Amino acid sequence: MSATLVEQLETGLDAPICLTWELTYACNLACVHCLSSSGRRDPRELTTEECQGVIDELERMQVFYVNIGGGEPTVRRDFWELVEYAVAHRVGVKFSTNGSRISAERAQWLAGCDYVDVQVSLDGATSEVNDAVRGPGSYSTAITAMENLAGAGFAGFKLSVVVTRENVSQLDEFKRLADGFGAQLRLTRLRPSGRGADVWGELHPTAAQQRELYEWLLAHGENVLTGDSFFHLGGYGAALPGLNLCGAGRVVCLIDPIGDVYACPFVIHDEFRAGNVREPGGFARVWRESALFGDLRRPQHAGACASCGLFDKCRGGCMAAKFFTGLPLDGPDPECVLGHGERLLAARGDDPIPRPSVDMSKRRPRRRPARACDENPLTVIPA
Amino acid sequence: MACAASTDLLDRGWRVAPQVALRPEPFGALVYHFGTRRLTFLRSRLLLDVVRGLDEHATAREACDAAGVQASERPRYSRALTTLAGAGMIVPQDAS
Repeated sequence: MSATLVEQLETGLDAPICLTWELTYACNLACVHCLSSSGRRDPRELTTEECQGVIDELERMQVFYVNIGGGEPTVRRDFWELVEYAVAHRVGVKFSTNGSRISAERAQWLAGCDYVDVQVSLDGATSEVNDAVRGPGSYSTAITAMENLAGAGFAGFKLSVVVTRENVSQLDEFKRLADGFGAQLRLTRLRPSGRGADVWGELHPTAAQQRELYEWLLAHGENVLTGDSFFHLGGYGAALPGLNLCGAGRVVCLIDPIGDVYACPFVIHDEFRAGNVREPGGFARVWRESALFGDLRRPQHAGACASCGLFDKCRGGCMAAKFFTGLPLDGPDPECVLGHGERLLAARGDDPIPRPSVDMSKRRPRRRPARACDENPLTVIPA
Repeated sequence: MACAASTDLLDRGWRVAPQVALRPEPFGALVYHFGTRRLTFLRSRLLLDVVRGLDEHATAREACDAAGVQASERPRYSRALTTLAGAGMIVPQDAS
């Protein structure tokens, strides 16, 4: 075979393998590390009919399943209807939730749905660790949801954890928790994306913790899912299970609540916006013809990593992690196992670091104008 | 005699499992099982042709021949089909 599978995948596919679709920016939590800076609904969000149109397109493109997230997708009134619509059109659904709408009845309904998978988010194996990041009460909400799913006989749902400096010592406890519910543990990497940029410095695992995490993941093999998120750790030795490549624009992408298409869920920034599903030609045209995705599918320069003997293993790491920490895209990952990223971060000047293009975080109470006449007495709503 | 039935996969008839979808790609195809949620890559268009043709032939050997698999290459394709059968991606034609 002339090219490896990874080399072939890097040149792109006719349709994504793994598509993330964030249905709303609305959320009833306000996690400190939210990758999409969610909180409030955007009034321009896709309507039910537009969402169904996207699903029709995914069916035609044979996208086997979508990962639905948000925001909290279940707060959309048409959420369950859209799940049914997708499944009826042979597009499987895996959705991420904080668990707040997974009642015992809903869990029964879900257990009876083929092609639907549920991923409950939890970022601490104890309420102290979890609630510090996801907010008061969020631990017990997630546990109740998982009890409901297990009670309904929904086997193999996912318990999804973003690995942080605070919870990396709890991996065994997370595993026990998942096993106890008949669920599967999924660990993903903390990215400096969305509000994550504000807390990444204090929450991303230390170098020593990364090493432990790597050993733990190797020991557990394919029993623990990672969504290919830790391929930057491959430099420690053996490759972790998975494709081990940055799939941005090549095998993965993101559709956001207003239909904007980004190269991956972690790069909600104008620089990585490929188009919008509302444009002529829809999602398929964005995927197949956007200049940005074309660029991402051309051979990438290893840049500063070219002379590194480990480049074949980590392939320079995660584009989003570099971008939102202000590091060059053709250089080491901020969490490079050789410490090159850390050195670059330390030497980073005062140049501004890119901020996400979208911020739907719930606003703090607005200050009143000092005097009534400071505020325009006229509001014009554009047609 | 029932016990004389060959154990060679190539001598049996196969078809793509009902819960499985094939998606052609430049390098071959993606195979996805909606039940197990497993994704497999077919690494050549020839293998895709073989898999697609399984249902139209009484045995996998005939499907390989019809797709143009050389006799010397048959063991490699037999192994690939064995892996697909193990993952439930293809099932015997006589399975209910």
